[in-house]
Amino acid sequence: MSAIIETQGLIKRYGDVTALAGIDLVVQPGEIFGFLGPNGAGKSTAIKILSTLLKPTAGRATLAGFDVASQPGKVRQSIGMVFQDPSLDNRLTAEENLQFHAMLYHVPRSVRQDRIARVLTMVDLLDRRKDLVSIFSGGMKRRLEIARGLLHEPQVLFLDEPTVGLDPQTRAAIWEHVRRLRSESGVTVFMTTHYMDEAENCDRIAVIDHGKLQALDTPEALKRSLGGETVIITGDAALQGDIAERYGVPVQASEGTVHFQMADAAQFVPRVVADFPGRITAISVKQPNLDDVFMHLTGREIRAEEATPLDRMRMMARRWGSQGRR
Amino acid sequence: MQAIQAIYTIWLREFKVSIRERSRLVAMFAQPLLYLLVVGKGLTSAMTLRTAPGGIDYLKFMFPGIIGMSLLFTSIFAGASTIWDREFGFLKEVLVAPVSRGAVALGKSLGGATTATIQAIILLALAPVVGVSLTAAVVAKILVVAFLISFAVTSLGVAIAGRMKSMQGFQMIMNFLVMPLYFLSGAMFPLSTAPGWMKILMRVDPLTYGVDALRGLVFSSTLIQLPLGGTQRLSVLARATGLIRWSLGFDVGVITVVALVLAAAGAMSLSGAE
Repeated sequence: MSAIIETQGLIKRYGDVTALAGIDLVVQPGEIFGFLGPNGAGKSTAIKILSTLLKPTAGRATLAGFDVASQPGKVRQSIGMVFQDPSLDNRLTAEENLQFHAMLYHVPRSVRQDRIARVLTMVDLLDRRKDLVSIFSGGMKRRLEIARGLLHEPQVLFLDEPTVGLDPQTRAAIWEHVRRLRSESGVTVFMTTHYMDEAENCDRIAVIDHGKLQALDTPEALKRSLGGETVIITGDAALQGDIAERYGVPVQASEGTVHFQMADAAQFVPRVVADFPGRITAISVKQPNLDDVFMHLTGREIRAEEATPLDRMRMMARRWGSQGRR
Repeated sequence: MQAIQAIYTIWLREFKVSIRERSRLVAMFAQPLLYLLVVGKGLTSAMTLRTAPGGIDYLKFMFPGIIGMSLLFTSIFAGASTIWDREFGFLKEVLVAPVSRGAVALGKSLGGATTATIQAIILLALAPVVGVSLTAAVVAKILVVAFLISFAVTSLGVAIAGRMKSMQGFQMIMNFLVMPLYFLSGAMFPLSTAPGWMKILMRVDPLTYGVDALRGLVFSSTLIQLPLGGTQRLSVLARATGLIRWSLGFDVGVITVVALVLAAAGAMSLSGAE
């Protein structure tokens, strides 16, 4: 099977700032492919290049066999986009938003109504189709956007941080939709996220930081690659260096605790307590998750998202919006 | 063919949205009324035009100017709504679609021009209040000119808004571009009696030609009783006294050229957008 997305040495610079420092990857048809990294790692830049909104500084990328730089029209027809921020027209109804999209994407008139009904059913919004989008909740808007992204039957659906700002229930529901539509339509899903738990849902994950791929594998393989479990120790300030020296493992410190990977960690716990008497106040052992993978690869935790003034404004708008609703 | 469908799609959305917003509809009706009845009537009772012959009061003079103003404000707002589209994310949906940016800009400009032209129809219905009579043929010509003017102005709005990243800049446009365009267009006072330096600026203002064309057309089917007996067409009187300066053909020529340039600028501004 030939690749649906392929990039070679993809570079994007803004003046002196390098957003992407040479990305090579291959995505197979039907995959749920995750781009994992902190804000500012280059995820959005990559997705913008693949969706033809930005031109790469160097390197090339093909999508469904079309070059993103020289055949943007063909690429756009082949992709569906769900952006990080809503991109619906609030003053139109759900159905009108979809009709607009269908017309822009040249969906033949004869199949338009059927398709609209089908995608709305897929995201459980059929009964709300005559409602103005302005009264929709954040989760409903996101679902409507996913429906819209599928309307022209694209080969690749891009989801840029699809669940940011949504409550856990809605996030779970959206994931259910994504998995279902992949099995129903065979679409390739390319998503970015900075939620580790969410990335577990992907078939394969590319970990990106500072514009570079740090790793690319299945979530299980990435976790296995750490070799063992994660040991988290709370203790005095010098522990990080002392543990690293004694056991010869890379140790990361974060917020007063030290983390490292150790095979058979349960047996290791009594040993480390004996080795550093009186210096340890707490120990825990856990199965590694993608947070640990990220920390291992980059030496730090994925940064918590800081709210920009625009985000704060949006949050306020949401609050006002919800008060206005019955 | 696909480009035409894209233009139609964008136009349809602009049109639907513009007639759906109640505040915008109210403004569409109320603003011209306010200007015509309050400002127009108020000014008319306080002043007369120096060069105007009998039969042309200030209200008549200002009526085409108010149509021009309403076209200007409605269209620039329609074009500047591109900033709102960007701010609320909708622009991205359009920019990532498989349609050319030129088609997007053109659809937007045609949509804004449609709304503004509808507003002009509302204003023309007030002609009897002003004491101007219109025939169907004249109304049709006025609407063509009105559509052309508002298409040009909406394109200008798109061209500026396409490069702007935030809403803050919009107030600047209003203060430093739209108001001067209006004040210097000959809508409120004739070019012929303005000071020399202002005459130059007024000739540079493309809207001057739009207002001149509108004035020529609006006055063309009204007969005025002459003091010495007999009747004369209002447009002939106004032309004789310099209240209308250029031929309709010249005015429309200037507006057309400006409209084409601005439409190209609008398309270019969107094609650089991300």
